[in-house]
Amino acid sequence: MSWITPIPTARCHGADEPTRTVVSNLPYEDQRPRNQPNRRYAGNAVKTNKYTLWSFLPINLCEQFRRLANIYFVGIAALNFIPEVNAFQPQVALIPICVILTLTAIKDAWEDFRRYQSDRELNGTPCLVYSRSQHGFVERRWKDIQVGDFVQVLANDIIPADILLLHASDPNGVCHMETANLDGETNLKQRRVVSSFCAVKSPFDPLSFNATVICEKPNNNLNHFKGFLEKDQIKIGFGIESLLLRGCTVRNTAAASGIVVYAGHDTKSMLNNNRPRCKRSRVERKMNKEVLCCVFLLFCMCLIGAVGHVIWLKTFSSVPIYFIPDSDGNETPSVVAGVYRFLTMIILLQVIIPISLYLSIELVKMGQVFFITQDIDLYDKEKDTRMQCRALNITEDLGQIQYVFSDKTGTLTENKMVFRRCTIMGTEYPHTENAVRLAILAGDADVEEHVLYQQNTRPPLFSLEEAHDLEVGGHVRSSALPMDRHRHRDSTAGIPSLAFSSPLEREVIPDQNLLRSVKEVERRGVAGHWGLQGATHLEFFLALAICNTVVVSTETAQRQRVRGPHNSSRSRGLLPECMEGLFAQFPCLRQLSSCLKSVSCRRHSLSEDPVQSTLYDIPTSSSSVVSEDEVQGTPCKGHTRRRQTWTASSLAGPKEVHYEAQSPDEAALVHAAKAYGFTLLERTPSHVSVRLPSGTTLTYEVLDVLTFDSVRSRMSIIVRHPHTKEIILYTKGADSGIMERLQNSFEDRSQMKSESRVIANKTQKHLDMYANDGLRTLCFTRKVVSEKNYYDWLVLRQGAMAAIDRKDELVRKTAADMETNLTLLGATGIEDRLQENVPETIQALREAGIQVCVLTGDKLETAVNIAYSCKLLDQQDLVFTFNTENTEVCKNMLSGTLAQLPLYDTQEAKVSVGLVIDGRTLGLLLDSDLQEGFVQLCTHCRAILCCRTTPLQKSRVVTLLRSKLGVMTLAIGDGANDVNMIQAADVGVGISGQEGMQAVMASDFAISRFKHLKKLLLVHGHWCYNRLANMIIYFFYKNVAYVNLLFWYQFFCGFSGTAMIDYWFMIFFNLFFTSAPPIMFGIMDREVSAAVLLQLPELYRRGQHEGGYRRSTFWIAIADAFYQSLVCFFVPYWTYKGSDIDIFTLGTPMNTASLFTIIFHLAIEIKSWTVVHWVIMVGSVVVYFVVTLAFCAMCVSCNPPSDPYWTMQEQMSDPMFYLVCILTTVVALLPRYTLHALRGTLVPSDHLRARQIDNMPPHHRDLWLQEWKKLKDLCASYPSLSSSTAQRYSTAQSPSLTPVQDPSPSLAQSPSLTLVQDPSPSLAQSPSLTLVQDPSPALAQSPSLTLVQDPSPSLAQSPSLTLVQDPSPSLAQSPSLTAVQDPSPSLAQSLNPKLAPNQGLNSAAL
Amino acid sequence: KPFAFSCLWNALRMKAGPSRTNRPDNTAFTQQRLPAWQPILSAGIVIPGFTLIGLAFIGVGVALFVTSQKITDLEIDYTGVAATSPCFKCTSFAAENCMCQMEFTLTTLFEGPVFFYYGLTSYYQNFRTYGVSKDGYQLSGDTYYFNNPQDSCAPYQYDSNNNPIVPCGSIANSMFSDTFQLYQVVNGMKKQIPLDGKGIAWWTDYNIKYSNPALVNGSFADAFSGTVKPVNWSKPVYELDPTDQANNGFLNQNFLVWMRQAALPKFQKLYGRIAEGDYAQGLPAGNYTLLINYSYPVISFGGTKKVVLSNVSWMGGKNQFLGIAYLVIGSLCIVMAMVMLIIYAKYKFTDDDEDM
Repeated sequence: MSWITPIPTARCHGADEPTRTVVSNLPYEDQRPRNQPNRRYAGNAVKTNKYTLWSFLPINLCEQFRRLANIYFVGIAALNFIPEVNAFQPQVALIPICVILTLTAIKDAWEDFRRYQSDRELNGTPCLVYSRSQHGFVERRWKDIQVGDFVQVLANDIIPADILLLHASDPNGVCHMETANLDGETNLKQRRVVSSFCAVKSPFDPLSFNATVICEKPNNNLNHFKGFLEKDQIKIGFGIESLLLRGCTVRNTAAASGIVVYAGHDTKSMLNNNRPRCKRSRVERKMNKEVLCCVFLLFCMCLIGAVGHVIWLKTFSSVPIYFIPDSDGNETPSVVAGVYRFLTMIILLQVIIPISLYLSIELVKMGQVFFITQDIDLYDKEKDTRMQCRALNITEDLGQIQYVFSDKTGTLTENKMVFRRCTIMGTEYPHTENAVRLAILAGDADVEEHVLYQQNTRPPLFSLEEAHDLEVGGHVRSSALPMDRHRHRDSTAGIPSLAFSSPLEREVIPDQNLLRSVKEVERRGVAGHWGLQGATHLEFFLALAICNTVVVSTETAQRQRVRGPHNSSRSRGLLPECMEGLFAQFPCLRQLSSCLKSVSCRRHSLSEDPVQSTLYDIPTSSSSVVSEDEVQGTPCKGHTRRRQTWTASSLAGPKEVHYEAQSPDEAALVHAAKAYGFTLLERTPSHVSVRLPSGTTLTYEVLDVLTFDSVRSRMSIIVRHPHTKEIILYTKGADSGIMERLQNSFEDRSQMKSESRVIANKTQKHLDMYANDGLRTLCFTRKVVSEKNYYDWLVLRQGAMAAIDRKDELVRKTAADMETNLTLLGATGIEDRLQENVPETIQALREAGIQVCVLTGDKLETAVNIAYSCKLLDQQDLVFTFNTENTEVCKNMLSGTLAQLPLYDTQEAKVSVGLVIDGRTLGLLLDSDLQEGFVQLCTHCRAILCCRTTPLQKSRVVTLLRSKLGVMTLAIGDGANDVNMIQAADVGVGISGQEGMQAVMASDFAISRFKHLKKLLLVHGHWCYNRLANMIIYFFYKNVAYVNLLFWYQFFCGFSGTAMIDYWFMIFFNLFFTSAPPIMFGIMDREVSAAVLLQLPELYRRGQHEGGYRRSTFWIAIADAFYQSLVCFFVPYWTYKGSDIDIFTLGTPMNTASLFTIIFHLAIEIKSWTVVHWVIMVGSVVVYFVVTLAFCAMCVSCNPPSDPYWTMQEQMSDPMFYLVCILTTVVALLPRYTLHALRGTLVPSDHLRARQIDNMPPHHRDLWLQEWKKLKDLCASYPSLSSSTAQRYSTAQSPSLTPVQDPSPSLAQSPSLTLVQDPSPSLAQSPSLTLVQDPSPALAQSPSLTLVQDPSPSLAQSPSLTLVQDPSPSLAQSPSLTAVQDPSPSLAQSLNPKLAPNQGLNSAAL
Repeated sequence: KPFAFSCLWNALRMKAGPSRTNRPDNTAFTQQRLPAWQPILSAGIVIPGFTLIGLAFIGVGVALFVTSQKITDLEIDYTGVAATSPCFKCTSFAAENCMCQMEFTLTTLFEGPVFFYYGLTSYYQNFRTYGVSKDGYQLSGDTYYFNNPQDSCAPYQYDSNNNPIVPCGSIANSMFSDTFQLYQVVNGMKKQIPLDGKGIAWWTDYNIKYSNPALVNGSFADAFSGTVKPVNWSKPVYELDPTDQANNGFLNQNFLVWMRQAALPKFQKLYGRIAEGDYAQGLPAGNYTLLINYSYPVISFGGTKKVVLSNVSWMGGKNQFLGIAYLVIGSLCIVMAMVMLIIYAKYKFTDDDEDM
């Protein structure tokens, strides 16, 4: 073994070193463990269980005693062992703590056992590890893998550890990996062999690997990894693109091998495997203060007891006969006795601190979570996912949300990107046919869904699985599978989840003009030698097809889904597989594929159509060729016109291509390019092939890919043209990231350049138009790089790639260096449609008093447009726009706006204010000196829209508002860029959408559609909050009421700590008799039904202001508890006073009356009685009597000193007992009952009204709600009908109300200032419109100022219209200013300047 | 899945059928649509309730009050604090076996059956350490505990010679020791009225909870050999009632009554019943003499001693409280009902107004 280079072991350890060094294990295979170079790194066995069989008891107890509550319990129990102090039998006092410890231990043990089982399964999974002795890969188990081992993973295997990819069976050294297990993303990710390490030599020989791997320490960043291979002083850098991650699945690759760099708990997936988050809800935090109040109360009571005892002792001149002297016969000094009694009283009254409350709250939340996840309205049929509660203990926070921070893309919108329009060289192509198609598809989708629902119960006529089965099996199965219906539907639904390939996104109908010009250009030139004029068209589509990271997979390489151990187990779409399979078998059918796919989701509704029957016949008559027309005739009605295109595109290639994109935009663009004949055929790290419309295939050599990052907001690809050998850089990105990097067109005066300037201007105009239409825009550019420049740059680039420190920064910088002097090709507009019911949801949230903030990365115009269409901004809103880069201007704007706001606020009702902020301005506002003002501004705004924000800014906004305002925040998002925000908010909601599961992983609640938020907050949040708040209050009340009984008794037993109730009964009382009702109350009580809550979002407001759980509510409950305990004690006391009653016989009616009082108190509080309520309430009383009677009959002298033997029986045979109990209960509850009755009549709350509505018969109720809604709308639109709800709106409209009296001059200087008083959506579309109420002269000087008071839509269309309500003379002089007060459409068209400062506006508007 | 219950739930569902969809069950329970009764408390609704409760309470109150009025009781304080009291002489420490005599006169027939109680005040039988101080096993006749009384009895567990005390503990030690004889003075002659001391304790105490040890060598006293009497007692437990073995030892009814701790510092305990012979119908009008064997000290802790003669009804001894309380609360409910009626009428009126 002389060839072994001894690795200095010092490099292996050293926790301080920032890197990890790994060498091959093979040379050391036979050596003892302590000679292994990698011995210090964790092995691959994972152990997530905390305990072993032996360590369970000590460790678990240790953990449990970390909880303060348990320590309290134990302290009390220990106190009981001191003879001078004890209140009960010491052994008996141990019972509660033992019960709680045991229950918790059992729960922990079970959970741990399950973890152990899954670990064992995982650790025992087989895998292939290279063995030197056997000269090949041998089967081992996962747990045997060590860092430094060579592991081979076969196709569809799960990767056992983090492996640095050194070899792949693919000749290009590429391995595909599916990370669904890790982040839920279903698209394939490419990994490649460490560059230039293994020149593709096959087979891979690990024995010859003698380099050292140096990489970073294990961390949990899934998207980042860096390091280098060191071999003979040469360093070869690698990154995340060469790392196979544990838990992922290898796809499309026969075998991949590599060296293990992280194993077991060091792997990225394990480091990411966080336990469910444990958040403290606001109610609980508040409750802790109340617990402290209880501690204080307990202290006071004990003090009273101690002092009372001392005073009592002093009253005796000599020792009474019933005193017990010490063992030595002495009497204890009275002060010492007082201290003893203090402690005794703590033991006696310990229950007043509701330790069991914590356990009950946990149970209640479990129940609440159960009901939330069970809600069928939150179930998404398409994805077959139900609502997930990942954080179990903040359900009630959902009922207190004051701010909602929402992402836009994928959250408000579908994130199903559809190519809509494009502009090439300044020419706009509107793609009208495509728009028509989309409209039809969208319309159909609704119909189809409806039909689907209707047909649910009908037996299936045809299902694709069946067809697949038939075809595979080779014979006809006549019986329909009964269960198919379900799976069938799910599989249909599964299509969209599969890598963005719904027909909606896949198919684009080319614009006829554009298609024509493309054809023409192609005809003119040979591929690659187009003339300069037309070339841009082709280059544009080439850029579309190439400049992305879309992976092409073909049906032959169609991946097979394997469900792994960590699989998130979502039902996958089966359709594509079986479809492809079907088409593979019947080539003649392939041409139908696209058509069929587009109708496949509609096949239920079409089950009686000829296609279906035809298809059904296929297996039996496989030789027959189905005529195209026959098949396409009916199902594709409305699409027949387009048949030609589809067939053309699908016939053109030998095989159907399938795109796997990381973002839906990319997929949309590639599909768009394909529609024009530019089909992306193959992508490997080294080359990319595109088929041109002419049929020729161009294969570009890929020199580099400058990946997308949110700072640059663009990506580029550097390729070498196969014919011209030119090095070409294609860049695509947001216009903000591109426009400034075009050729220095604004400086150069030459003819050529000025032309490009014109194009750039035109394109910018088109982009603005797209944005105003709510489309997402992307610019495409091209640049030819000279060889020299490229290689110069390459050196820098490689240096940056190999860097470990500041690598990201360096890489970004080199990328930016390359992306200069670009030539604009064109731009695209991609539509991302709003999700269903988004406007309704936002509307409802706003009515519920929730301020909605949308934080998006989109352009300002796009965002504003979406904001209007989703009702985030309302027509009546006063909207302030902050869009500046200048700190001073920003400051002035802020102070100016803030100065204005009180004018609106001082009015009787508040004007609703919207705020639009650009990302750069947001950055300024988040600075420390402007923060205060910004926060203040936010409090006045009903809606906030932040555009062009970075993920960090999103979370900073959330954190800022949350900390400064102390409001309850909710963040909702779907992508990785929302993770920060989701984690920063009080409640994080993830949408399991198209962009993977990262947001869901970070969230507390996961839903599948934005609309679900409405029910989640308004219904479940409301319920959970009210339930829990009521339950907690009740729990406090209950304990105080019961414990005080004992306290009052102390006044009659010399404060000696005697209990007149048997200790067992006291335990039972809390454990059995009164524990179930509050828990049921906390889980099931329902004040207002879901339907009414959804209809009247206003009801949500109570929770926001903590209406259910106030300090005052708490003290009222405590006061009531004191009153009731007084009654429960003194009614029996006066009844039996002076009689021969014995101690436990007196305790019995007190205990019973107390039980009745506590139960009936709850009965008054319960708002709706279901079967469960009855069972539990009646059950509790029955259990009380049964258990008490049984215990009294059985326990003769088992429980000294107390002997309740036969007391209950004795009492129950005495009529007085019942009379006492009835009287006590009635007297105790009379005040609360009366109060409720009075409150119900005199001051009915909104909730009470809602309950009255709830109690109406259904049709009455609906009618009422409709009327109410109508009235509300009416009030909103007709200020004359001003009722309380309407007032706000009316003030907003009344012109006299809105003088923006003195906009500070500095405000006016901001070039793109926009002040909107009353914008209609169409108005908002006009690009540079600015609206001011009452402009000051200085304002008028602002060049592009436009002022509108109450514009009608038609008015807005006039491009350069300017409207002023009350122009000052100086304003009138402003040259380009036009002011209109009372605009009629005709007026707008005439564009006649007219100054009409009259107030007749309202009537005109009405 | 978020928690165990849901896991179980899913497991069960999977077992039930192969169709594995995530769709939640659409049942009334899981969707929280169970039919529910949703009462809303308001003035109008509570009127009948208040009226009914009020009427019922007044009825019960009247019955209780009348019953209680019928009960007569007579209390005779014989503590002897005042020098004029016949028992004053017995309050000095020197007095041994002091007898004193209280005279009283009944003007009307004291209806029978008459219960004879003795009462103590400021006597905290419910004092915690006092109440603990007994040995239930010993009292149930378990001879093992005769020799080894439980620690709870300390310091009345062993005497100074380390002999076990039976019955041990403070309660037994402090047993009330005064005895009473009641005479009717008929023509200057004292005619003793029989005080029936049987059946005054709880049946369960006498029959189940307490029992005497088995006889040893045919002798009841031998069963207690090796033990000593409580410090304060004048005679051992097996001589409590030598005349009647059924009332002797732990089963002595006065002992049983004493051992049942009073709930409050002012209490009375049954001493006997006058239900036999000439006095079965009650005590006729006339003069009576109560002869007291005064031995129990109470003045030291400021207590008083008394004898109570009372006849009882179904509601026990004389107690006006419950009847009055029922009447008051009943009336209050009626008043509330009327208030509610007014409010309801007013509310209804305005409500109609609003509807216009």
